[in-house]
Amino acid sequence: MSTAMTSERPVTPEVVREHGLNEQEYDLILDIMGRAPNLLELGIFSVMWSEHCSYKSSKKWLKTLPTKGPQVIKGPGENAGVIDIGEGLTAIFKMESHNHPSFIEPYQGAATGVGGILRDVFTMGARPVANLNALRFGSPDHPKTRHLVAGVVAGVGGYGNCVGVPTVGGEVNFDASYNGNILVNAMTVGIAPADRIFYSAAAGVGKPVVYVGSKTGRDGIHGATMASAEFDDDSQEKRPTVQVGDPFTEKLLIEACLELMATDAIVGIQDMGAAGLTSSSFEMASKGGSGVELELDKVPCREDGMTPYEMMLSESQERMLMVLQPGKEGLARGIFEKWDLDFAVIGHLTDTGRMVLKMYGEVVGDLPIDPLAEASPEYDRPWQPTPPQADIDPAGFAPSVAPAEALKRLMATPDLCSKRWVWEQYDHMVMGDTIGLGRPGGDAGLVRVHGTNKALAVTSDCTPRYCLADPVEGGRQVVAEAWRNLTATGATPLAITDNMNFGNPEKPEIMGQFVGCIEGMKEACLALDFPVVSGNVSLYNETNGQAILPTPTIGAVGLLKDSSKAIGMAFVDDGDSIVVIGDTAGHWGQSLYLREIEGREEGTPPPVDLGKERRHGDFVRNHILQATINACHDISDGGLLPSVAEMALAGNKGCEITQPEGSPPTHAWAFGEDQARYIVTTKDPDRLLSSAQAEGIPAAVIGKVSGDGLSLASIGRIDLQKLRQSHENWLPAYMAT
Amino acid sequence: MKAAVIVFPGSNCDRDVQVSLRQSIGNEPVMVWHKDRDFEKVDLIVLPGGFSYGDYLRCGAIAANSPVMKEVVGRAGKGVAVLGICNGFQMLTETGLVPGTLMRNANLRYICRDVDIKVETSQSLFTAKYEQDQSIRIPIAHHDGNYFADDDTLSAMEDRGQIAFRYCEPDGKVTARANPNGSQRNIAGVFNETKTVLGLMPHPERLADPKLGGNDGRPFFDGLVEALS
Repeated sequence: MSTAMTSERPVTPEVVREHGLNEQEYDLILDIMGRAPNLLELGIFSVMWSEHCSYKSSKKWLKTLPTKGPQVIKGPGENAGVIDIGEGLTAIFKMESHNHPSFIEPYQGAATGVGGILRDVFTMGARPVANLNALRFGSPDHPKTRHLVAGVVAGVGGYGNCVGVPTVGGEVNFDASYNGNILVNAMTVGIAPADRIFYSAAAGVGKPVVYVGSKTGRDGIHGATMASAEFDDDSQEKRPTVQVGDPFTEKLLIEACLELMATDAIVGIQDMGAAGLTSSSFEMASKGGSGVELELDKVPCREDGMTPYEMMLSESQERMLMVLQPGKEGLARGIFEKWDLDFAVIGHLTDTGRMVLKMYGEVVGDLPIDPLAEASPEYDRPWQPTPPQADIDPAGFAPSVAPAEALKRLMATPDLCSKRWVWEQYDHMVMGDTIGLGRPGGDAGLVRVHGTNKALAVTSDCTPRYCLADPVEGGRQVVAEAWRNLTATGATPLAITDNMNFGNPEKPEIMGQFVGCIEGMKEACLALDFPVVSGNVSLYNETNGQAILPTPTIGAVGLLKDSSKAIGMAFVDDGDSIVVIGDTAGHWGQSLYLREIEGREEGTPPPVDLGKERRHGDFVRNHILQATINACHDISDGGLLPSVAEMALAGNKGCEITQPEGSPPTHAWAFGEDQARYIVTTKDPDRLLSSAQAEGIPAAVIGKVSGDGLSLASIGRIDLQKLRQSHENWLPAYMAT
Repeated sequence: MKAAVIVFPGSNCDRDVQVSLRQSIGNEPVMVWHKDRDFEKVDLIVLPGGFSYGDYLRCGAIAANSPVMKEVVGRAGKGVAVLGICNGFQMLTETGLVPGTLMRNANLRYICRDVDIKVETSQSLFTAKYEQDQSIRIPIAHHDGNYFADDDTLSAMEDRGQIAFRYCEPDGKVTARANPNGSQRNIAGVFNETKTVLGLMPHPERLADPKLGGNDGRPFFDGLVEALS
């Protein structure tokens, strides 16, 4: 074993620490290796066992999530989850975080987040058809927030627009807890034929290992390790670990890979994401039960003099590793050369169960694959449940602002205001299948399955303040809200991907948030037949000891068999009756009203009754498909009145609203955030109400679509154009200052 | 009628326009790879939207110098109809097939939204199915659509009827407010002198199907088919 080629430095306890490994972990390495590792080998252990790659703190709990169902073709464990959408087609999707890099370098961090998740999906043989982005920024008052919003949005757009995949949905929220750790969660949905799905497992002695895509540079070395530690004031110095994206090359890579995938040349394929060549080669060999030998001098490099350590740990973007059927190298090379992409045979599979790394014929690293990939540490971290909050009695609560004024102010708050400034920077129509009703701004994005009359409905959701107050209830709510958003378009919800963003898991209260959210999500997934098929965990989202709100972002996919039955949230015709489905008890705790208008962040989050969620949602969906309902919007952040206002603004039609008899006090009725509710409009309220009564579903007429203002009996009238102005203006005005 | 769509590396609206052409023509357009100079005789050549060669240089600049463009310019010179949409428009200004240039949007941001545009003339291959002064709703999606030419050039173009579309209010009024990107005189699309070449920033192929939210782009392609069949 040559030390000259690999070890710039000897492996000292300090070097071990710098690689983010503790003493017990190093002892385990010594055990597995039977000797001290050299620097290259240590680097490989360090990235493979990083929190980001190994899920060592979260694995125990993730395993408890429901992952099965008749619609599931492939659950967690692959690059992305696969679900059946009928007639021989599948939807393949996943959401992934790029939080740490986006805080350090917002444009490139966000751009490469989009690039990475696209690769996870087309690696499996799917053509990407929709992107979503869940973004969470710090307080608008924080001096960095504007810069981060501008950079992240430009980065998301810069990458997705060029690659030519429409960005059809997402979320943008603000909270001071994200001041030092913004969240950039990117999701891609793709479509693939059920009989042409590609996996990473590769077996067969002697089969060629092929590198395609961009050249390897020195960028992103140790990105996975960075994503597995807390930030401090010096984190800006880590800027060089952020990679630079090249969406043009990604576009070529998509086309070349899909062209090759139409042949039978590929045995296994894996994108080089976090921990680059290291994790992709380990993954393929480990899953296939093989060994692998790589000749690192064959790796296409951007710079001269790169060491094996740098090549194995580089996170340069737009690269893939594949194992081909012997004899197909020429065919594959022809396709990649047509697209002007690098193509190099860099090694072959063996049956030794080991990874042998060579440089100019000399062995520079030799590690056992299974112990390293499979026997990574798994922790049962101590955790503390979040203490329960005291509830707020709506009857005993005296609001300080009149309802009409409160509505105007709420609609212009950072969380509820229009996000047009964001999504108009994203191409949301390219590929020619974004359904008009499913453009950004509604409950869910709708994308037609090309060449068919079906459509996928896609959404991303999370209410972190609920999760902080009560992780279990919050966990139920995130899943239920995603399910409702799909339902509100008429789609049948099929499955979810989860992107778990939390603070430092070594703190029992943070670990308690994680455990609680998982418990709530599990219950909701089971009750709603809404399994988890893929996901990602991002821990250590803390700066100087300050953790983010617990943010388990849910990305969800549903199916409309007949896309012509889809409806939107915009009011359609004057005279249509407005009906609320579900009980309005006026739950105050953790409401947006309380936080934004009264400055109080307290109380319990609204309870989620999963049985009601299921019944109310199924009722609404049936009536959408029967065309009894012509507009629908779920009630979430802000409560009933803001939801009505959003429907009025979307349709540019006013309404007359009357609070039904026997409802809670006006403020609580208007702004309480009770769950399992929808607002729908119908031309036939009698039919809808009698059907609801027959099925035991609470339903109440609250008014009619009419005029050009929101007329609220006993509250007053709000001019729609004025409301639109304040709703639309907040974000552009904020970004312009 | 036969149409060809040129596919550059980084084109991403090639399939979208292929769908619209197929829908209006009733046959498959030829998809021509950028490295192929020889392609069959066609009545219409389309340069699609996207980010040809990544557009890391000036948008459309590399495409304008690619092998296939020599052929496109040659055929345009012989009177073959050429349509450049978005990135295709940028290629047309870069090759000089139409006058002017496309600069970064005045607000310096990418903009994707439906806009209203006014049809300046129905006397062309591309606009025969519209009424003059009709306002139609078509999406834009670009970072560099800010049309510029000097005043003398613009006035001469206006005199010759080379302005095809202008950004307008829904009622057809051409106002500063309706101008999304800072284009001179609200210009959204221009012809060459013989009106056989059209470059425009809006994407008619994106609203040529009612399900996608509008159908104002459909007459654009139907008109081309009538004129060229």
